[in-house]
Amino acid sequence: MVEVERTALPGIGLRHILTTSRGRQIGVVSHRSGRRDLLIYDPDDPDTSVDDVALTVDEAEALAELLGTRRVIERLAELERQVEGLVTEQIPITAGSPYDGRTLGDTRARTRTGASIVAVVREGEVLASPRPDFRFQTGDIVVVVGTKEGTSAVAQIFRNG
Amino acid sequence: MRAGISPIPLYLLGGLAFGHGGLLPLSTSEEFISIGAEIGVLLLLFTLGLEYTADELVRGMRQSAVGGLLDLVLNAAPGIVAGLLLGWDPVAIVVLGGVTYVSSSGIIAKLLADLGWVGNRETPVVLSLLVMEDLAMAVYLPILTTLLAGVSLLAGSVTLGVALLAIALVLLVALRFGWLVSAFVKSPNDEVLLLKVLGLVLLVAGLAQELQISSAVGAFLVGIALSGPLAEAARELLSPLRDLFAAVFFVFFGLQTDPSHLPPVALVALGLAVAGVLSKFATGYIAAARAGVGRNGRYRAGIALIARGEFSIVIAGLAVSAGVEPALGSLAAAYVLILAILGPLIGRLAEPFLHRPTHPHHAGSETPVSEPGPEPERESQLNVSH
Repeated sequence: MVEVERTALPGIGLRHILTTSRGRQIGVVSHRSGRRDLLIYDPDDPDTSVDDVALTVDEAEALAELLGTRRVIERLAELERQVEGLVTEQIPITAGSPYDGRTLGDTRARTRTGASIVAVVREGEVLASPRPDFRFQTGDIVVVVGTKEGTSAVAQIFRNG
Repeated sequence: MRAGISPIPLYLLGGLAFGHGGLLPLSTSEEFISIGAEIGVLLLLFTLGLEYTADELVRGMRQSAVGGLLDLVLNAAPGIVAGLLLGWDPVAIVVLGGVTYVSSSGIIAKLLADLGWVGNRETPVVLSLLVMEDLAMAVYLPILTTLLAGVSLLAGSVTLGVALLAIALVLLVALRFGWLVSAFVKSPNDEVLLLKVLGLVLLVAGLAQELQISSAVGAFLVGIALSGPLAEAARELLSPLRDLFAAVFFVFFGLQTDPSHLPPVALVALGLAVAGVLSKFATGYIAAARAGVGRNGRYRAGIALIARGEFSIVIAGLAVSAGVEPALGSLAAAYVLILAILGPLIGRLAEPFLHRPTHPHHAGSETPVSEPGPEPERESQLNVSH
């Protein structure tokens, strides 16, 4: 269980402080305007924030996404361990791929292989559960879950059609 | 490093230079400026009310009553004692106590942001003291208005009762029916919202004036009643207007103050400023200590609270326009001139010393275990120093 301390800052908003297992403290001040300040506390003096970074709404979301990405992939790895025979594979869409610019529905991947496309990583962002009308582009990384054979077959589809 | 000094002293100095007995007296448009100054006071108090939600005020009352009381006693005392020593009449003494008591939440908010103190452990303590001062102002201003009007004790207590009732009512409405007020004022159009909010402030301020409970308190109550995203939008829309009219107000106060009256009160102002620094520092230090904050944080809490500004001038302004004690205006001007500059300055000068534990060289030996992974920190320090 991660320890998070929540304090009201009258006139400003809310402050959350997270203590890591190694004893470091990180804080987030949530301004009412939506602005977020990321705070790093002095390891020797828990009362003092030694650095703070002001983040706009978009920047805070981007950072949350980055911190969350790891967790999505970790969870997939966890799932793999738990369900015997289940494999996740990350398949890059290369420039020559027949599905570059085509939709997820066009691949009919699930019908043909039994494996599911559960997410696409695009420019560092995880797009979870893409819909059939999702259009692939070069540089996307497609996350596929299924049996060993199924995921290999999906990789084959993205390479050669 | 940014200058980061509050503009209030500059406005006051500007007013002093161009006012009665100043370097270059201008007296052509005093009427216009005086109306602008009145609007400035209303907007200052309105945005102060906006600052805190009713919920925060009520919680503040429950949680920091002791700290707030300490703040009041320690910081009103120098003004009251000085007033007694100067042989002023009781109303002027009450005014001077108010002037020395109330911190400048505007200057302090800016100081906390500039010095990166917002995230520090002591900051909630500092902010809740400001919340308490806010509430104290809501009670103090009607009392002061009554005293300045020179009405009888009975009439005075009736007014005060009305004021307290109005405050309780507004808090209740804001807590329970805040959505109603918001629904009334809300508008997708910025212009309409601005006019509605401004209209509401002026209307309630006028009503409050009629009831003899100070138009400033009326504006303040409107600020409290508005909450949530609407308050945020109103704050953004009205801030430039507030800054403009508040500037007019400060200049007007300076204009009314004759610079030739400053030298005689300079020593008193200096003495009050020294006492004001010490008493606010003690307030912050004790309040932070009570909240379990360590030594550096206690120092910071004390220093953060030192600045006085807009509200000291608001209080003195009420007294000056009521014609109480001629020296009061110049004394308040000198006091705020000193402390509006000194507060942020002390913060800036002290900040480098308030980072590390008190004995940085021994810190390692004191806490050898608490640093299990020093490598990442070292790395980031290297990046910074190139």
